[in-house]
Amino acid sequence: MTPQRHAVDYPRFLLRMALLSFEGTWRFYVWMTVLSAIALVGANAWAHQLAEGMALTGMTDHVSWGLYIANFTFGVGLAAGAVMMVIPAYLYDDHEMHDVVILGELLAIAAIVVCLLFIVVDMGRPDRFWHILPGVGRFNWPVSMLTWDVLVLNGYLLINLHIAGYLIYTRYLGERPAKRWYLPFVFLSIAWAISIHSVTAFLYAGLGGRPFWNSALLAPRFIASAFVSGPAFVILLLQLVRSTTTFKIGEGPIRTLSSVFRVTILVNLFMFGSEVFTELYSGGAHSASAKYLFVGLHGKTALVPWIWSALALNLASALFAHAPWPEGRRLAMLNLACVAAFAGVWIEKGMGLIIPGFVPSTLHEVVEYVPSAVEWKITAGIWAVGLMVLTLAIKLALPVLSGEVRARGAAGE
Amino acid sequence: MDEPQKRRVALKVLGATLGASAFAYAMAPVRKWAAGLSVDQFLQRHYRELTKEELAPILRRLEAKAKADYGRDVVIRDPDPLEGAEFGYALNLSVCIGCRKCAEACHVENNHDRTTNNSYIRVLEMEQGSFDMERGDATYEHAVPAPGKYYLPVQCQQCDNAPCVTVCPVQATWKEPDGIVVVDYDWCIGCRYCEAACPYHARRFNWQKPEIPAEEINPDQSYLSNRVRPQGVVEKCHFCLHRTRVGRNPACLEACPTGARVFGNLADPSSDIRWVLENRRVYVLKEELGTHPRFFYFFEK
Repeated sequence: MTPQRHAVDYPRFLLRMALLSFEGTWRFYVWMTVLSAIALVGANAWAHQLAEGMALTGMTDHVSWGLYIANFTFGVGLAAGAVMMVIPAYLYDDHEMHDVVILGELLAIAAIVVCLLFIVVDMGRPDRFWHILPGVGRFNWPVSMLTWDVLVLNGYLLINLHIAGYLIYTRYLGERPAKRWYLPFVFLSIAWAISIHSVTAFLYAGLGGRPFWNSALLAPRFIASAFVSGPAFVILLLQLVRSTTTFKIGEGPIRTLSSVFRVTILVNLFMFGSEVFTELYSGGAHSASAKYLFVGLHGKTALVPWIWSALALNLASALFAHAPWPEGRRLAMLNLACVAAFAGVWIEKGMGLIIPGFVPSTLHEVVEYVPSAVEWKITAGIWAVGLMVLTLAIKLALPVLSGEVRARGAAGE
Repeated sequence: MDEPQKRRVALKVLGATLGASAFAYAMAPVRKWAAGLSVDQFLQRHYRELTKEELAPILRRLEAKAKADYGRDVVIRDPDPLEGAEFGYALNLSVCIGCRKCAEACHVENNHDRTTNNSYIRVLEMEQGSFDMERGDATYEHAVPAPGKYYLPVQCQQCDNAPCVTVCPVQATWKEPDGIVVVDYDWCIGCRYCEAACPYHARRFNWQKPEIPAEEINPDQSYLSNRVRPQGVVEKCHFCLHRTRVGRNPACLEACPTGARVFGNLADPSSDIRWVLENRRVYVLKEELGTHPRFFYFFEK
């Protein structure tokens, strides 16, 4: 095919996709309308936060990062965890996984969009975004870990957009995708997935003044929990896609992912326990944050219910996933395990990790943080946008991949 | 097109219109925020890329904005670091009585937000016989000095190896030749990574637009120090560089009733601060973190 044809075909493809994204069943319309409404509430809250200042949040100079950065951290894990479908599909040549691996890539894209939005709403001056553009602003690379995070997150977004976009576009044209145009990127994305969550961990672990984060185990823990939340979400997503579309998804991918999930949930719990032991057994100032988190400090206990819920959810998840259920109930229990693990990791990597890093403060004052209504609205709005991105991406990708939607004159029409 | 198809298209157009107008309505408060921004401000370069000639009109614009926003005629200067100066600060814990006059002077001098009673200085009431801040209290409200207590004022330590400078993704904060760590308030993006990185709780964020009555504004201002900060950016102690760079002492030192504070040029062998460092047993806060503070604490013999 000549490059000239792409100049015509590609815009046509994009237009077709844009039009298709407004087509759907009544269930699709209801779902998107509900998500839009939540996103609008979030947008309105953010507009107020911009105009009146971040005093509308629950954050203070003592706890200067809150719900936004908590969700950002969890979102990076979700994006990285999606790669757990890519590894079996390409490294171990699992053919059934090959057919559904694109769902993992689309999830990664949606999760990165969520992460970037959480960063934007956490900025005091989003109007100055250009200051962080390499070459245009003053990009403090390689010194600042935050600049590394900007590079790896945007890089991961581009890599996954390329892989997913290329595969869908070639299928749309009715061609076989050329391996050299996507396979190197697939392998790159595997290494890159590890990097996004490691760099995000280093962002916190590199701060000597915050003993709670200043741990070598932080990055491995991030990866372990990413490989819990990612597969958990995908297991549920695969079943949802199977029941709401005509796209064929076999038992193989779910079986593979649940084997991964069963192991990672235990690894994650083990690392969690290992960290708690180190924090609490030796005592001293180093353990003040952990004490605050688990039992409260100086009578302040805002995080105690959060972390015990996280622990209970993660333990319950391990139990649901491992207990010898009768055959008929196994899938239901696995789903329950996934839901519990997803919620458990959300708390553990969010409220349970970011907030105690600030409590007690560096001058050892115990100032508590409770997210404000504005923060909850913005957070809900961003997740709604993420779900919209994911819904649209899957909705557009599947009919192309199954051959229902093809370019005019494409082979196999 | 048949009837059901037409109806479908009409519904879609209606839905899209409703959605777009709902979005515009939701984002309406942004207009108030955008009204306070200007193109000049948006395009302004980093402080260190500006020549004196380029900075001059910016200072005039900031003065005009201060007049418009706060109704006060102010002068915003940009004093250069003094040749050969290496500023340092020392504090005598034996005589500090915890009166917090320094914190109050900072509040007034540096045009801090009145509603939050902000200050760059936080005074910890510590227990005799303990260096453990865990047992300190920064919110005491009783007559001082209290028996069995000593007082530890903490402000920016102007570290030579400053974690806040390292982590800033846009180089909006840096160390000046005279040792002062400053912030370009017009460059900071408000990510607050520096606030997370600082081991001394020295940084403050402008969670809202500072509120100060016109008559309380200190009109003697500088670009890198005490001009009224914009909403959404980080600020910190700058050793009152608009004073110290013209040979005066910091406001906190002048306000101290017990003479606990000693400020000066570490590079000048005849300075008071050098005398303290050479003749008193001094220590720095959290030395183990390797931040190399320029702020020293000492006790009388």
